[in-house]
Amino acid sequence: MATGNGSGWQVRHWTHRFFTITTITTGAGAFALQNFQYAAPTTVDDAIQALSEHGEQAKMLAGGTDIIVQLREGMCEADAVIDIKRIEELMQLEYSSRVGLQLGAGVPCWKIYQHAELSVAYPALVDATRIIGGWQIQSRASVGGNLCNASPAADTIPTLIAHNAVCHIAGPQGRRSLPVEQFCAAPGRNILQPGEILVALTFPPPLPKASSAYERFIPRNEMDIAAAGAASWVQLDDTGERIVKARIALGAVAPTPIFAQEASSWLVGQPVNDETFVEAGEIAKKVASPIDDMRGTREYRVHLVGVLTKRTLAKATHRAQAE
Amino acid sequence: MSNVIVQPSSTRPRKYNVIGTRPVRHDGVDKVTGKAIYAADLSLPNMAQGAYLRSPHAHARIISIDTSQAEAMPGVLAVATSADLPDPWDKTEELGEGCINYAHLSGNVLARKKALYRGHAVAAVAATDIHTAQQAARQIKVEYEVLPAVTWVLDAMEEDAPLLHDNLFTQTLGEKPTKPSNIGQHIHFEQGDIEQGFAEADVVIEREYRTETVHQGYIEPHASVALWNEDGRLKIWTATQGSFTVRQQLAELLKIPVSKITVVPCEIGGGFGGKIAVYEPPVAAVLSRKCGRPVKLAMRRDEVFEGTGPTPGSFMRVKMGATKEGRLTAAKAWLAYDAGAFPGGMIGPGSMCVFSCYDIPNATVDGYDVVLNKPKTQAYRAPGATQAALATETVIDEIAVELGIDPVDFRLQNAAKEGTRRVDGPTYPRIGLVETLQALKESEHWNSPLEGPNRGRGVACGFWFNAGLKSSAAANVNDDGTVTLVEGSPDIGGTRTSLAMQLAETLGIAAEEVHPQVVDTDSVGYTDVTGGSRVTFSTGLAAHKAALDIQDQMIKRAAELWECQPDDIQVDAGTYGYNDHKQTFKELAVELSSTGEAIVGRAAVNPQGSTNAFSANIVDVEVDPETGKVKILRFTTAQDAGKAIHPSYVEGQMQGGSVQGIGWALNEEYFYDDRGAMKNASFLDYRMPTSYDVPMIETIIVEVPNPDHPFGVRGVGEVSIVPPPAAITNAIHQATGLRMHHLPISPPRLHQAIAERNGQ
Repeated sequence: MATGNGSGWQVRHWTHRFFTITTITTGAGAFALQNFQYAAPTTVDDAIQALSEHGEQAKMLAGGTDIIVQLREGMCEADAVIDIKRIEELMQLEYSSRVGLQLGAGVPCWKIYQHAELSVAYPALVDATRIIGGWQIQSRASVGGNLCNASPAADTIPTLIAHNAVCHIAGPQGRRSLPVEQFCAAPGRNILQPGEILVALTFPPPLPKASSAYERFIPRNEMDIAAAGAASWVQLDDTGERIVKARIALGAVAPTPIFAQEASSWLVGQPVNDETFVEAGEIAKKVASPIDDMRGTREYRVHLVGVLTKRTLAKATHRAQAE
Repeated sequence: MSNVIVQPSSTRPRKYNVIGTRPVRHDGVDKVTGKAIYAADLSLPNMAQGAYLRSPHAHARIISIDTSQAEAMPGVLAVATSADLPDPWDKTEELGEGCINYAHLSGNVLARKKALYRGHAVAAVAATDIHTAQQAARQIKVEYEVLPAVTWVLDAMEEDAPLLHDNLFTQTLGEKPTKPSNIGQHIHFEQGDIEQGFAEADVVIEREYRTETVHQGYIEPHASVALWNEDGRLKIWTATQGSFTVRQQLAELLKIPVSKITVVPCEIGGGFGGKIAVYEPPVAAVLSRKCGRPVKLAMRRDEVFEGTGPTPGSFMRVKMGATKEGRLTAAKAWLAYDAGAFPGGMIGPGSMCVFSCYDIPNATVDGYDVVLNKPKTQAYRAPGATQAALATETVIDEIAVELGIDPVDFRLQNAAKEGTRRVDGPTYPRIGLVETLQALKESEHWNSPLEGPNRGRGVACGFWFNAGLKSSAAANVNDDGTVTLVEGSPDIGGTRTSLAMQLAETLGIAAEEVHPQVVDTDSVGYTDVTGGSRVTFSTGLAAHKAALDIQDQMIKRAAELWECQPDDIQVDAGTYGYNDHKQTFKELAVELSSTGEAIVGRAAVNPQGSTNAFSANIVDVEVDPETGKVKILRFTTAQDAGKAIHPSYVEGQMQGGSVQGIGWALNEEYFYDDRGAMKNASFLDYRMPTSYDVPMIETIIVEVPNPDHPFGVRGVGEVSIVPPPAAITNAIHQATGLRMHHLPISPPRLHQAIAERNGQ
C-alpha cells in the first residue's frame, strides 16, 4: 500500500477481479486529498457492481471537476472513486434529426458545442456548455456529471428541463427512466438509489419553428456561479408570431433547478411580443424561492428570474423565427 | 494604449541611454518558464509539513487547549500553541508601511487568551506529511467560551459593544479615557477656521459613505520553511516584502538576537502590503525548534482570506464647501476605519490623505481606529487612501455639478501644488498634480464624446505619500566587465530591473550587463521593506551611489595604470579617457581585473520624506438598469512618475492598481454572516475582476521630476488604486442619476437603488 509522504504521486496497480484499483496520494502541496481506491470499469454492469460494493463511500468520476475539488476540500469523503470514462455507452453522443440526441453521461461539454448540428437543434444546451468554466474545464466536465452533482445553480440542468430531456438510469434492479426535472432532490442530492448510475440523457428530436436559449446572471463576466439562470424553449406557429408550446426552467432560485410549469403553460397561444415575455417572467417569479447569500439577495434573485425569463424567451423566439 | 510623456517646461529633459527604455526583465524567463523558486516550492531533507488549527468563532475566550491526542498520533512531530511563544513586550515599531505592536503581533500569530476573529490561528502541528498534520490539527481539543462578536465599525464604537481588549484605552490628544473601549486611537487635524470657511461657501455638500472589507488578493498564499538548527541559528525561507522586517519581527517575537536569524526572501507572488507583518514564520520556527527538523507551513486560500490582513471596512462623513466661483473654502471629515482584531489600522494615512489633493484653507479631520472581530487589517496599496478618496472625490464631483463647473477644471482650480500646506501639517515641495490633471484634460479620452443610453463618465484624482527609508546595495565588477548588483529589496514589481537600469545608466553600460540579485539578510546591508512605493526611489538611489563608488575606484585604478592623476581622467557615458587612453567600462574592467584587487561598489542610504505621487482617472461605464451590472467601457489613468525608469513597469503598476480599484468599486467584499463568519473565502465568491471584466487600461505617464532623486524618480507602486472607486462612482452617477455611497457597487446594491428611485 502506498502511503503519503508528500513526495509526489505514488501509484500502485493490482488486479482486483475485473478492473484495476489504484491508491493515489497527492503531491507536496498543502491540500490533502485523502487516499481512496480507484476503479475504471468498462461495462455498466461492472460499474454497478463496484458501486454496490462500496455503498455510500463510492463516488463516480466523469470529468472530476466537481468530485476532485470536493474531496480535496473535505466536502465529501470517498473510499473508492469509480471512473466511468472507459464505459463505451456512457461516452457516446449520437444525434439524428429524426430520433434526437442520446448523450452519454460522461460526454464532456466541448463535444456538444463543437457538434455542428446540436447548436441548431438544442441551442440552450449549447449556450450552457459554452459558459461552464474555461476550456480546460469544458474539456473534462460532462453534462451528466453536472446533473448528478445536483447543484441548484448548475448551468446545464435548466436547459435539460427546457429541452424535455429524460434521464436513463441503470442499477442492481435494472434500468429505469425519468424526466430531468424529477432527478434532483435537494442541493447536492439526486434520486439515484444505492448502486445506481446515470447512463445517458435523451432529448426529443428538434421540432420545426422551435428554438431555445439559456442565460445566467453573474456579477462578473467569467469565473462565477449563477446568481440566477433561466432556460427557455419555445415552438412558434407557422407565422412565427404566436407561441404554440413553451418550456421554461430556472436555476439557482430554489433547492433544485425547477420547471416553471405555470409560466410555460400560460405562454401557449400568446403572441410573440415584449409584453408576453415580461408577463411570462412575472409568472415564472412565483415559483422562485431563493436564499439570501453572497451571490445575491432573495429579492434580487426573484427579480432576476423575471429579467432572465424575458431575455431568454426573446432570444429563443428570435432564433426560432430565424429558422 | 496611449503613453504620453509630459515634460514640464520648467525642467530641462536629460538624455538617458538606459533609463526610459524597456529592456526584458532579468527575472522574466525564470518566471514564465516556472523555474522561479517560491517558498512553497522548497523541499529540504527530512522536512516536516505544518498545518494550522484556526478558531471557528469570531470572538471566544480560550478556556483550554488539549493537544495530547494530536501529539499521540503516529507521524506527528510537534504541536505549537501561544504557550510556546515567549511573553511579548508591549513595544511598537515602524515597519515602513505602518506600525507593529509586538504584543498584538504575537497574539495575532497564535491566539493567546481569546480568539478574536474566525480564522484566528490557535495552534499548529508539524508532522511527517501534510495529511497527518491536517488530521492532527483537527484532533486538538479547544474549549471555547463563545462571546458576542462585532463586525461593523460603527457597532464596535457603541458604548455597549462587545469589548475585544480589556486593556485598550483610546490614544487621543485629550485626556486619557478611564474606561477601555474598542477605539484604539482618535486622530485630529485642523487648520484655519472651519466655521468661517463654511460661512464663506455658497455650496456645501455633506455625505456619508460605507466601504466593506477587501483583501489584497495576492496570488501566492503565505508560505515559509523554517530551520532552527542545533547551534541556535534560525533560518527562514519565506514569501515576504521585507526580509529584514521579518528578521526583526522574529527576533522580537521569539526573543532571540537578530544576529541569530537569517531570512531568505524567495520569489514573491504579490504582496500589495499584505506580506509585511508575519503570520507563519514564527510558528514554523517554533515547530522546527520543537521537532529538530525543517518545517514548511503554507496556507490555503481560505486561510489567506480568513486569517491574513485585509484592508479596513470604513464609515466616512465628509463635508466640503465652495464659493460659486469654484474655490474650496472648507472641508471636514469624520472617518472611522476598522483595524480588525488589533489596533493600529490604516486610519493614520487615511486621515492624512482625505484632503491631500486640494488647497483648502480651513479644514478639520477626525479619524478613529476601531477594533472589531475581523482579521487584523494590513496595508493594501496606498493603505487608507482609497476609502478616503471615495468620499472626497465624490463630494467634489457633486459640488462641481452643482456649480456647473467642469469636474477637471474644478479640481485644477483647487489642486494642491508646491507650497500648499496639507491639513495634517506638511507643506508640499514640487509636486505634479496640476500636470497630471492637465494631461487628463488633454487626453484623447477626455476629448472623445461618450454617447448612448445608461452610459456615464467620471473622473477622480488621488494622492499617496511614498516613502524613502533605508536601503543598501553592493555591486561587484566581474572580470568579464559585467556587474553583479546585490540588494535586499524583495521584488514585487520589477524592481530588480529598475535598479539594474539605474546602476547601468550611472556606469554607462547596458541593463543586460548588470545581473541583479535579491539576497538574504546575511548577504547585504540592512534594507527596509518593499513598501511605500520606495524601492525604485530609495534602493535605486543606493544602486546609483554604488555605481558612483565603482566609478571612483575605476578612475583611481585607471590613473595608476595610465600614470596620471584621478582628476585628469574624463568619464563620459561609460568611456574612461586620458590623453591617448580611451576605454569603455567593460574594456577597463577586464584589464583592471588582472592588475589588482577586485572592484566592489557599496552604498547605504536613508532618504527621508515622501516622494508624493498623484494619479487621476477618467472612466466610462455602462449600467444595465435591469440588473444593476456595471460594465467598464473605457479607463484611462494618468500618473506622475517623476521619471519612469522602465515605462512598461510603470504602466504595469498603473494598470494593476486600476484593476484592483475596479474590483474594490464593483464587486469585492467580505460577506459575513451574523456570527461573524466569512462566507466567501475563495476566489470564486470573493470577486476580483478577471480579464473579461476590464478593458485595456490606458496609461498616461506624467513626468514632473522629484528634486530629491538623481533621476527624478517618484514612487509609482501604489497611488493608482486611489482614484478608481471614486471615478467609477461618479461615472455611475452620470449614467443613472444616482449617487452611490456604499462600496462595492455590486449589481444587487445598484439594482436596489435604481428600483427605489423608480418607486418600485
